[in-house]
Amino acid sequence: MIRDITIGQYYPGDTPVHRVDPRLKIVITLVFIVMLFVTRDFLGYAVAVAALGGVTAASRVPPAFILRGLKAIFLILLFTFLLNMFMTTGTPLVKLGFLTVTREGLYGAVFMGLRLVLLIVGSSLLTLTTKPIKLTDGIESLLKPLRAFGVPAHELAMMMTIALRFIPTLLEETDKIMKAQMARGADFETGSILRRAKNLVPILVPLFISAFRIAQDLAMAMEARCYRGGEGRTKLHALKMGRVDAVAMAFTALFVALLILERVYAGAIRAALISLFLV
Amino acid sequence: MSITVKDLVYIYGEGTPYETLALDRVSLEIADGEFVGLIGHTGSGKSTLVQHLNGLLKPKSGRVFVGDAELWAKGAKPVEIRKKIGFLFQYPEYQLFEESVYKDIAFGPANLGLSKEETDERVRESMAVVGLDFDAFAQRSPFDLSGGQKRKAVIAGVIAMRPEVLILDEPTAGLDPRSQRDVLEMLERIKADRRVIVILISHNMDDIARMADRVIVLEKGRVALSGSPAEVFAHEEFLHSIGLGLPPVTELMRSLRLGGVDVEGSPLDVDEAEELLDRYLRESGARRGDRGKLI
Amino acid sequence: MTIIRTENLVFEYRKDDESPPVRAIGGVNIEIEEGSFTAIIGRNGSGKSTFAKNINALLLPTGGAVYVDGFRTSDEGALWEVRRRAGMVFQNPDNQIVSAIIEDDVAFGPENLGIAPDEIRRRVTDALRAVDMYEARAKSPHMLSGGQKQRVAIAGVVAMRPRCIVFDEPTAMLDPRGRREVMDILLRLHRDGITVVLITHFMEEAVKADRVVIMDAGEIVLDGPPAEVFAHSDEIRALRLDVPLTVDLCDRLRRRGHDIPRDIVGVEEMVAYLCR
Repeated sequence: MIRDITIGQYYPGDTPVHRVDPRLKIVITLVFIVMLFVTRDFLGYAVAVAALGGVTAASRVPPAFILRGLKAIFLILLFTFLLNMFMTTGTPLVKLGFLTVTREGLYGAVFMGLRLVLLIVGSSLLTLTTKPIKLTDGIESLLKPLRAFGVPAHELAMMMTIALRFIPTLLEETDKIMKAQMARGADFETGSILRRAKNLVPILVPLFISAFRIAQDLAMAMEARCYRGGEGRTKLHALKMGRVDAVAMAFTALFVALLILERVYAGAIRAALISLFLV
Repeated sequence: MSITVKDLVYIYGEGTPYETLALDRVSLEIADGEFVGLIGHTGSGKSTLVQHLNGLLKPKSGRVFVGDAELWAKGAKPVEIRKKIGFLFQYPEYQLFEESVYKDIAFGPANLGLSKEETDERVRESMAVVGLDFDAFAQRSPFDLSGGQKRKAVIAGVIAMRPEVLILDEPTAGLDPRSQRDVLEMLERIKADRRVIVILISHNMDDIARMADRVIVLEKGRVALSGSPAEVFAHEEFLHSIGLGLPPVTELMRSLRLGGVDVEGSPLDVDEAEELLDRYLRESGARRGDRGKLI
Repeated sequence: MTIIRTENLVFEYRKDDESPPVRAIGGVNIEIEEGSFTAIIGRNGSGKSTFAKNINALLLPTGGAVYVDGFRTSDEGALWEVRRRAGMVFQNPDNQIVSAIIEDDVAFGPENLGIAPDEIRRRVTDALRAVDMYEARAKSPHMLSGGQKQRVAIAGVVAMRPRCIVFDEPTAMLDPRGRREVMDILLRLHRDGITVVLITHFMEEAVKADRVVIMDAGEIVLDGPPAEVFAHSDEIRALRLDVPLTVDLCDRLRRRGHDIPRDIVGVEEMVAYLCR
């Protein structure tokens, strides 16, 4: 049933990857994504794949678990791949009716597809190894400097915290309401689309009312516990950088340096590799 | 109409780390017009069991018969069987959604495909059963009602479908004592009619003892005890050991006995306890009186 | 020493702008001793819950005044002083837990008070131990039973180190086991010196208090030790409230001509009387 859906996937563990400061982890993920766009050839990707592989191994998250996340974006992946393959002009390789596969197209398709996969795997590693609540703390902390420009950092983080807390509650509530209306003879499975949409009213109205009641109760409970916004608030988990974080930073620096070097000396490296094969 | 359940097995979250065996080969039969009290602590499988009776849950294995129909047989229509079974969930106020009490109660009958006239008749009838005055409440928004009135409106919505089986999961939970009494009196009236099977899930042992013809105790997904209230509540130690209580008055008499008061019997209602204590006081008074004379 | 004092407390509200004001509390004077355990009983709509919310300034009096530890709740500057001294536990265990991790939720109050992280950690540990939920500190609230959730909510209040905790029908939505758990914790907190105000309609809970206040139509009708208050069982029934089972039985036996003292409310007292 509905409650079997897992939201905000987190793979529990206590590895160095899990322990890296959430702020740093968010920054590293962003750096990784930027670097994916900096890289122009497969050799660069080889470096990225190696780095991702290393981090995945260190995090002890089963690769199959990570790849399962790709299933959800399979269609987008396929679409990107086909679009690139057929829509790029260049040296023709194969002709399929009115469609032509070009050499550049094939190269581009594989290249873009790989970029997308690396992007998804990289960012899902972030959510897989960071508790949602820590992620929230990290985002709040990173956004704090932007408060001067009117970014409500604390409020956004509080909203995320409450959403995380009440998603399971609201899913359970939906399940309950659906069952209760089914017991009164409501039918959610048959009929035209219009009819089915109309049938949702007996679920949506109670769900909204329930959400409002929760909001009202919760606001009162928070006030009773002296909540008055982010001003003057302290944190149980004060974020502190440690040794793991220093190591993580070093690895990131190495990764960036490798990719930049690779890009600058791409021509030379390629020449060297080719000559190596020729010999 | 009767209900038969054979070797019912149900597993929650199969294949996940949270896998739990919720029902473990449960078999039971409920006769026409019977009033069954179903007890067990939270997580014992009560709610899971009753959700199988109207096909809201599909068993892993085992069979469910409602009347002549088997629920998950080939060609069976759970939707049709569901219409014969009225189900009142815990804290059911959330199922109210219409703009008026009238429309909300009419939701069930409308789903049965009844005519306007027939629906109207059903709405009036069921409001009378739960004790909501038609003229005063029919056109009011269900969201403006008090807690007790909301509960009654929900119950009316279930009764309006004229179910042959009525399943009630903690119908008085969270109500103030006055509304609790109203709901229980209504249940007494339904019971007196003897036209439907009633299955009452409750933690209130007093209500169970007073109303049920038969009490079924579930523990860890199995039927642990089944019998008349007197038979079941005689297992004081066992019920305590699985975290269930006795009716308050039975519990009080037990405490008196454990405290050293020499009273016999396990009364299930206050009248009986009054009788027993009256006799005890007269006898002990007489004894003390005798002793007085001896000195 | 008095910790809570009301002076002719009046609370009125309007359903909407046009309708006339409804008087939920009509002039209540009460003093609650520090360290005491007071149970407040009344029907729905008797004003007991409104009274509770007036104690920690979730509602402000429309007439008269409420003082908590000398601070007047309607003084704007005193708001946080009042709330950190008088904590509140609500009826619905689900709707008062803020965070998806138990220890983070317990930390919420102290965080709002701006306490240093080390000290918050100490308080969270103490509070979770006090309600026997320390082992579950890293769990998510939606995996707990109702009684356990309510204990987490209590820990969240205890971590603020209040002098007084107002419990607004904390067991109304729980099963018997949860009810027992919560009452055990409540009694333990009282023994440890916290002032307890319990709003309830379970008579068996009220009997455990050292003072019972019965409210009806926004006013105090009876006030005194349980034995004294429940001696007025006919008056209580006239207010359409229940009386404890022991009191009911003694009344019945009295009607049969037994001369039973009027101050029996608990089971122990009844045993003592019957065994004399």
